[in-house]
Amino acid sequence: MTLAEKILAAHAGKDRVEPGELINVRADVVMGNDITAPIAINEFRKLGVSKVFDPQRVVLVPDHFVPAKDILSAENAKLLRDFSREQGSVFFEVGNMGIEHVILPELGLVLPGDVVAGADSHTCTYGALGAFATGMGSTDIACAMATGEVWMKVPPTIKIVYHGQLPPWVGGKDLILFTIGQIGVDGAIYSAMEFSGQAIESLSMDSRFTMANMVIEAGAKAGLFSVDAKTLEYVRGRAKRPYTVYQPDGDARYSQVLEYDVSSLEPQVALPHSPANIRPVSQAGDIAIDQAVIGSCTNGRLGDLRIAAQVLRGKSVNPNVRCIIIPGSQEVYLQALREGLIETFLRARAAVSTPTCGPCLGGHMGILAAGERCISTTNRNFVGRMGSPQSEVYLAGPAVAAASAVAGRIVGPEEVLK
Amino acid sequence: MPITGRAWVFGDKVDTDVILPGKYLVLSDEGELGKHALEGFDPGFVTKVQPGDIIVGGRYFGCGSSREQAPVALKGVGIAAVVAETFARIFYRNALNIGLPALECRARHLFQDGDPVSLNLETGEIRNLRTGQMAQAKPIPPFMMDIIAAGGLMNKIRVSLPKG
Repeated sequence: MTLAEKILAAHAGKDRVEPGELINVRADVVMGNDITAPIAINEFRKLGVSKVFDPQRVVLVPDHFVPAKDILSAENAKLLRDFSREQGSVFFEVGNMGIEHVILPELGLVLPGDVVAGADSHTCTYGALGAFATGMGSTDIACAMATGEVWMKVPPTIKIVYHGQLPPWVGGKDLILFTIGQIGVDGAIYSAMEFSGQAIESLSMDSRFTMANMVIEAGAKAGLFSVDAKTLEYVRGRAKRPYTVYQPDGDARYSQVLEYDVSSLEPQVALPHSPANIRPVSQAGDIAIDQAVIGSCTNGRLGDLRIAAQVLRGKSVNPNVRCIIIPGSQEVYLQALREGLIETFLRARAAVSTPTCGPCLGGHMGILAAGERCISTTNRNFVGRMGSPQSEVYLAGPAVAAASAVAGRIVGPEEVLK
Repeated sequence: MPITGRAWVFGDKVDTDVILPGKYLVLSDEGELGKHALEGFDPGFVTKVQPGDIIVGGRYFGCGSSREQAPVALKGVGIAAVVAETFARIFYRNALNIGLPALECRARHLFQDGDPVSLNLETGEIRNLRTGQMAQAKPIPPFMMDIIAAGGLMNKIRVSLPKG
C-alpha cells in the first residue's frame, strides 16, 4: 500500500484499502477557522448533540479575518470563542494565535500518521509530517466534530520523485510551483501525491510544509512525505501524545510515477491567473509590482523569513512597492525578533504584521486596487483573489518576493545581491 | 422527476474565489450569500439568473478553497443544479452535503446560455429541450444518493447519533 492507503486503512480498522473504496475513518484532529467554523457550529447545533467527540481533538483557529477587521468578523471570531469555551475544546486567541497550518504542527497538535479533517482547503499542509490531512467544507466538519469520523473515498496515489540537489535560492515553493506547472491545476484531481527523491531528503521541514500546502492547487486530496530523521527531529519536544509512523510499502501501486531532475531548477513564478501558469523567474518578463507579500500558511515560517531577510539585509524596499511581511505564528515572530530578522525588515522599510491570513484571500492587511500587481508567497492567484478583479497576483517563494520588493519588478535574488 | 431550467454555460476551472469572492466569507446566510453569487465572474450575474436555472460547466468546476459558502451562494440565488465535466472534490462534496445536485457530465458543447435544460437526477439524463440533444451523466454514487435522499449529510448523520 502507498503511504496514504496505509494511514487510511489503519484509521478505518482495515488490513488494507484499495483506491476508490468508500470508507469511514477515525479523525485524530478536526479543525476549523473563522470563515468555515461559524457555519460548522451552526450545523453542529442542529444535530442535537451537546458535546464534541473529544474536546482535545477539536481545534478552532480564528486566523483569516483576525484581529477582527470588521463587525461581522468580530462576531464570527466570538462564535468560535464562545463555542470553544462551552466545549472545552482547543482555541487560539489573538496574541496566542497564528495561521492554523503553521501552529498546528508547531505545537504538536498534528503528528505523523494522523488523519486530519480540516474545514480549510490547505489542511493538506500536514502531509509534510507523514499525516493524511485533507480539506472539507463546514457541514462535513460539523459532522466530524460530533462523531470523530469522516467518510472518504480512498484516493489513488501519484508518486513524484525529484532527482538531484536543488541549486541555491531554490526551495519547496519552487518545487511545488514547477510540479503544478507540469501537471496542471487538476493534474492530481481526487488523488494523493507522495513526494520522494534526493531533493526531498535534503529539503527542510519548512519547505516540505510549503509543498504539501499547495498540493490542493494541483487538485490533490492530500500530499504526503515519508517520515525521516528530519520529521522526527521536528516532532521531538512538540508531541504530547503517542503517534505512529507509517511508511509506503516497497510494492505499493501508484496510479502514476513522475520523475524530475531538479538539479538546475530556477526559482519559479506563477503568472496570473493560475498557479499552473509557471515560468522560471528569468522568463517572467519585465513585470513592475506595487506590492510584495511574504507570509501565509504557504510561506510564513521561520525558514521563509530567514530567506527574505538574507535578501533584504542592508537593502531598501523600492519606493514604488509596499512590502508586507506576516510571520505565521507568535513563535515564528518571536524567533524572527531574536534573530534580528524583524529589525532587518523594518530597516528595509517593510511593514511587519501580527499573524493573519489577511491579504492572501482578499481579507485585509494589503488588499489590491484595480490595476495593481503583487508578488506574493501565498498559494492562489485567481481573479480577484487579493482584492480588485482587475488586480494581478504573481506567486513565488520568499527569495523572489523579497528580491522583487527591492527591485520594484519581478527578479530573482541573485539580481539584487550581485 | 426531471428538473428543468435555463442553462448558464461556463468554461473550465471556475474557481471558488470567482463563485464567491473572499470578502463575503463573513456571511453565512444563504439568501445573503446568494446576492453575491458568481460576482467575481460577472457582477451582474445575480440580476440575470432566475430560480431553477442550471449551470453547465467544463472541467474542474469549483476549484480552490473549501468555502461551503460557494455552493451555498449558488443555491441561494436559485441555481437548481450544476453539471460539469469534472468537479473539484471539496466543491462536489459540499454541494451534495448542502443539497445542491452536482452531476459529472461532458455536456457543455451541447448548450448555449438560455437553452432549456431537462435533467434527471436518478438516471443522469441531461437533455437540451431546444435541440433535442442528450448527454448521459455519470450516476451519482449510491453512497452519495443516500445523502441526497436523506436531505443532506446532516440529516443522514442525525438519525445515527445518540442524543444528549
